[in-house]
Formats: sequence, structure tokens, C-alpha cells
Amino acid sequence: MDVIDTLVGIVPGSRMDALRDGRKVARTHAQRSYEVLLTPTTPGDFGIAERFAVAAYVAGLHQAPPTAAHYSEALATHGGAALARAVAAAVAQTLAQGPSGAYPPGPLSIEDTPAPVFALSPEVAAALGPKLVAGLAHAHYLVLHPRDAAPSRFPPLKAAGWTDDSIVSLSQLVSFLAFQIRVVAGLGVLAATP
Amino acid sequence: MPDATAPNVFTRAQMGWVSFVEPLAESALTAQHMAALIDAARARSEYFRLLARDPDALEHRTRTDKDIFYNTQAGAPRADRELAAAAVSRFNGCIYCCSVHARFAATYAKREADVDRLLAEGVGADLGERWNAIVAASVALTAIPMTFGPEHVARLRAAGMDDLAISDIIQAASFFNWANRLMLSLGEPSADRPPNGAAR
Repeated sequence: MDVIDTLVGIVPGSRMDALRDGRKVARTHAQRSYEVLLTPTTPGDFGIAERFAVAAYVAGLHQAPPTAAHYSEALATHGGAALARAVAAAVAQTLAQGPSGAYPPGPLSIEDTPAPVFALSPEVAAALGPKLVAGLAHAHYLVLHPRDAAPSRFPPLKAAGWTDDSIVSLSQLVSFLAFQIRVVAGLGVLAATP
Repeated sequence: MPDATAPNVFTRAQMGWVSFVEPLAESALTAQHMAALIDAARARSEYFRLLARDPDALEHRTRTDKDIFYNTQAGAPRADRELAAAAVSRFNGCIYCCSVHARFAATYAKREADVDRLLAEGVGADLGERWNAIVAASVALTAIPMTFGPEHVARLRAAGMDDLAISDIIQAASFFNWANRLMLSLGEPSADRPPNGAAR
């Protein structure tokens, strides 16, 4: 049983187990994605505690209880209780609805919606440190208003210590979680609707 | 800021994609990178050479993607999965992803007019009950907070879908919340670049 099974509550031999086995390759590689993004053997300059901090933040922003609880517990294990508290506070200070944002100027501009602001209290920002603050700011926009993409989003990340390689890993982590959280939620509803 | 050649409407037309972050050079790709690309032709794509900076993440992302969309053993028809991808892309606002999967949905379903209505009117467009049910489920899974509930499952079942087909829609919609965020954030579509073959 992998992380998705555990969070959905899928047990071997069940109807949901058979459904997941119908897409066995996706089942295997969704779990491998989790492993290589959260606990890679060579984490490089994106440490394991930082990865779980980003994950707990992203899951918290999604307001998806089983997955959010999983990642906040994992963060406490890998990053310590103080970091877990700081990330939980960051979630509380930046929760918003999505998706929102602006299109390239033109006919779609009438669909533009105001983007939520990412603002942390000085205490929480100090507890996270500048690199994680920049990483969470990036995650906040990626989760909630991804259409507000712009080249200008990268210099602050680089100034805070994110390299080109770790920016790709950060983007993959946030984006993978957007997938995993929804699979868990969707299959959870399907499991509860026999 | 979007450049002057960035497409600013949803369309089924092909477009290119330009990275905001430096991709690896083709000449810098190692055997490990090539294995992670899975399809060697992707070495020519700026998007895939950028994702190759984390080869393990790229490899497992791609294998997940291919099974969700291309495994046609039972479950939802390809057209339905591509519709879910296009609807999520329309709702999140990924003009590039939406163009690719709108083309696939239109091709597999032979329903160009309905796909164009989704692009023009958005996820509230009336596409007939079966497609409306798929779009509504995909949007409910994409919204934050999510609003996907038993009523979406019931509506998909009423439209004739079995549980594996519904699970395909859940996984296709969820996967595009992954793909949209990479495509949107790491670069932008460009009308004056050749289509780069980055399917997702």
C-alpha cells in the first residue's frame, strides 16, 4: 500500500484496490514521484526538511484534511516541531481560494480575478528563514494563481538561494502535490460512494 | 510580463513554448537525462530539457502521465480523458496545455464545435450532459478548496461511466493540475516559436 492508498484508506483486495490496479503503472510511478521528490537519495541543495516544509504548506493551502495531516506530521518528523508550527502559521496567514489571476492582456482580461496576497507576520518569516519564505511565496502563487506566471518571479528565488536545479525540483514538488492531493480527494469520494 | 507574441486567447492552434529558466543544453544531456526523457525526440524540446534538471522527477512524472492518458484497457475513452485535461487547463488558465488537449479531445471525439465552445465560453459551456458531467467533476477537483463530492460521482455514473472510467477522469483532471503548474510557471507560450512538441 502506497501513500495514496494509505490516505484514501484503500485495503488490499478491495474494490478500490482493483481500480487502482487498473492503472498499475500510474500507481507505481505516482508513488515513485512522491519518493524522489520528498525523500531523494541525493537531495542536493533542496534539503529533506525544506521539501516537507513546502509539502506541508501546499497541502495546508489545499485544505484537504487527510493529506494535510500526513505532511504536517511528516514535517514534524523531518524538520522538527518548531518548523512545523511555523509552516502551520504560514498556512493560516495565507489561505485563499483558487484558481485566480490575470491572463495576458486581451480578450481574456474580462476573466481576470484578483490574486491573493502572500504576506507573513515577521515572527513566522523569521522562523522560516529567507530561503523557505521565498519557496513558500512561489508555492503560494503556483497553487492559487498559477496563471500569474512571469519571469520576474525567479530573481527573488535565486536571491534567496534557490538554484536553477532546485527551482525545477521545487516546481515539480508543488505541482506533483497538486496532483496527489486531488487523487486522494477524488478517490476518497469514489470510495465513499459505492 | 508576457511578451508581445504570447497568445492571449484559448485556441486549438499549435504554439511554441519559451522557458523562463535556462534548460540544459542538448550537448549536456547524459545517459541518465536521456533515460528520464523516455522518448529521445524530447531532447529537442526546451520544456523537457528544463525538467531534465530533476531527471528522476521527470521520469516518474512522464510514466504516470502516459498510463493515465494512454492506457486504453477499459475505463474512460481517450476523448473523455483529454476533455478533462482541456477543462482543467481552461479553468486554471493554461493557454498552452489547453491548446494541446483541446486538439486531442476534438480529434478523438470528432466534436470540434463543442471543444471550441469550451475554449470560448469557459467551463460553464453547455457541451451535452456527458461532457458537462466530466467538465463539472474536473472543475470541482481543481477548485481550491475542492468541491468534488458524491453528486459528481452520481452524475458521471448516470452518464454511463463505470468506476474505472470515473477514476480515469479523477486521475486525468488531477494530473493536469500537475502539468498546468509546470507549463504555466516555468515558461510561456509563444506564437513566433515553432511548436516544440511538448505535449504536456
